[in-house]
Amino acid sequence: MSDPLAPGPGAGHLVAEPAVIEARGLVKRFGDLTAVDGVDFAVAPGEAFGFLGPNGAGKSSTMRMIGAVSPVTAGHLRVLGRDPATEGDVIRARLGVVPQEDTLDTELTVEENLLIYGRYFDLPRAVIRERTDELLAFVQLTDRRRSRVEPLSGGMKRRLTIARSLINQPELLLLDEPTTGLDPQARHLVWDRLYRLKQRGVTLVVTTHYMDEAEQLCDRLVVMDQARIVAEGSPRELIAAHVSREVLELRFSPDEQQEAVARLDGLAKRVEPLPDRVLVYTDDADRAAAEVTERGLLPTSVVVRRATLEDVFLRLTGRSLVE
Amino acid sequence: MVAPALRVMEVHARGYRRTWRSNVVTTFLNPVLFLLAMGMGLGTLVDRGGGPAALAGGDYLAFLAPGLLAATAMQTAAGDASFPVMAGMKWMKTYHAALATPVSARDLAHGLLAWTTVRLLMTTAVFTIVMAIFGALSLPRGLLAILPATLTGMAFAAPIAAYASGLENDYGLSSMFRFVIVPLFLFSGTFFPIGQLPDWIEPLAYLTPSWHGVELTRATALGTAPAWPAAVHVAYLVLWLAVGTVAVGRGFSRRLVR
Ligand SMILES: Nc1ncnc2c1ncn2[C@@H]1O[C@H](COP(=O)(O)OP(=O)(O)OP(=O)(O)O)[C@@H](O)[C@H]1O
Ligand SMILES: [Mg+2]
Repeated sequence: MSDPLAPGPGAGHLVAEPAVIEARGLVKRFGDLTAVDGVDFAVAPGEAFGFLGPNGAGKSSTMRMIGAVSPVTAGHLRVLGRDPATEGDVIRARLGVVPQEDTLDTELTVEENLLIYGRYFDLPRAVIRERTDELLAFVQLTDRRRSRVEPLSGGMKRRLTIARSLINQPELLLLDEPTTGLDPQARHLVWDRLYRLKQRGVTLVVTTHYMDEAEQLCDRLVVMDQARIVAEGSPRELIAAHVSREVLELRFSPDEQQEAVARLDGLAKRVEPLPDRVLVYTDDADRAAAEVTERGLLPTSVVVRRATLEDVFLRLTGRSLVE
Repeated sequence: MVAPALRVMEVHARGYRRTWRSNVVTTFLNPVLFLLAMGMGLGTLVDRGGGPAALAGGDYLAFLAPGLLAATAMQTAAGDASFPVMAGMKWMKTYHAALATPVSARDLAHGLLAWTTVRLLMTTAVFTIVMAIFGALSLPRGLLAILPATLTGMAFAAPIAAYASGLENDYGLSSMFRFVIVPLFLFSGTFFPIGQLPDWIEPLAYLTPSWHGVELTRATALGTAPAWPAAVHVAYLVLWLAVGTVAVGRGFSRRLVR
């Protein structure tokens, strides 16, 4: 088992143990559109692996290929040591999937959704019933057991989808934006549950737009942009490799920002103006803040913080810059 | 170990257990109303006018009942093989949920057909018994008609499910009901022999599975000889079912596996 506190394998995608997922030159095309353009990655047993990336980067397309529901256009893919093209059903029997969009049968009740899903796996009814008790308790939906799904809140449906994905006790769990649309409390519940699954040895693959989620959950992650992987590593490694240790966040009144940015020139390794604030990447943010004052600038607010994955993401995809 | 398509069938059956009440009206009450209005109302006039001599069965009600049975099977099958497919693929995406399990698109298609068969057997059985209570069909012979009626329904279910799997929205389904199913319901020899149709239309009726189904079902229920040899009627219906079954497997795969 990989130690979650140990640094990930870093550059290169070689994993010592036989990989749970192994992709080389993986390509997915929809007609003329290339959704995934030759990506390489490997996921080790017990690892929590993340895909980050802006909308349309190709995360879901990659997840669907791993889930053996979307045929690979080109390249090499092995999941649990098998080829999805020829042994998709065997792979899927050992997978749990939380798709980006809910696919619950809203006319049925909570427990009926688990029952029919379990039946698709050919699990005996008694086994499903037993696991239903556990799983509903696990996602705190026991009291909604006999409710129809239709009127449940978005967060409850998401939790039910997570419970459903566990009905076959999967070795590998694919979660495509598991907490999108959840309130903070529900998100923390989901994180906690995923962490427990990881403790039990379940391999997790997660896509997310939440940087805090990626930092919390993932041992290692890749950043995808425009169908390609643009960076790979543990959250710590990515921060070290792509941004400085600390960040100085400055806000100016909107009409003054442009001029202020010009006068910040040379202050630090990198100065990134965003629409509403300026990020100064530096290894000593306090020093930089002092220099801002020395240069006679008067920001409306000054925040010194550690660099996060958000900064890595911004740096690599340039995403919030265009938004 | 239960074959995946049968597990899909089981899941349909579970869904049906929750929703059957809302289906009762369309699949069951409608034909009973037809039977009352046409069979007993109109039938009295037909019988008085000396028509029955030209009708298999001797009186209008006896002529109508098996035709209605086959036509109802067609209509039920068309309903089951169309809107639920749309729901599974687009509205609720429940088919996508199933595809994340060992079940394949082909299993989904064939499971749907298997379930539709079971449902048609149940529907036509209940319908036959109700008609027998009205004196429109005689038992036990009438029960035999369940089989050709179900086959008629399946000759529609398979190609319709294939057609539905290629649609982006349900307009195509409304049109199908309006321009195909309703005319076939009326003009396949259900309410009157197709000999009454204009001569140039009559051959068109031979192409429809519904005419073959109605003929076969009526001959079975009444113990009379069908228009063509029974084997030809059966073969034609089986042909539609077989081609439809291949098409629906491909249609589901094309639509769902991307
Ligand atoms: N079934 C499909 N048919 C055609 N194009 C598709 C299909 N699925 C995805 N695409 C396209 O592939 C590209 C990548 O989409 P994908 O859903 O993988 O992105 P994503 O990274 O998951 O984005 P998001 O964060 O918005 O979920 C997009 O341009 C999308 O339009
Ligand atoms: Mg996505």
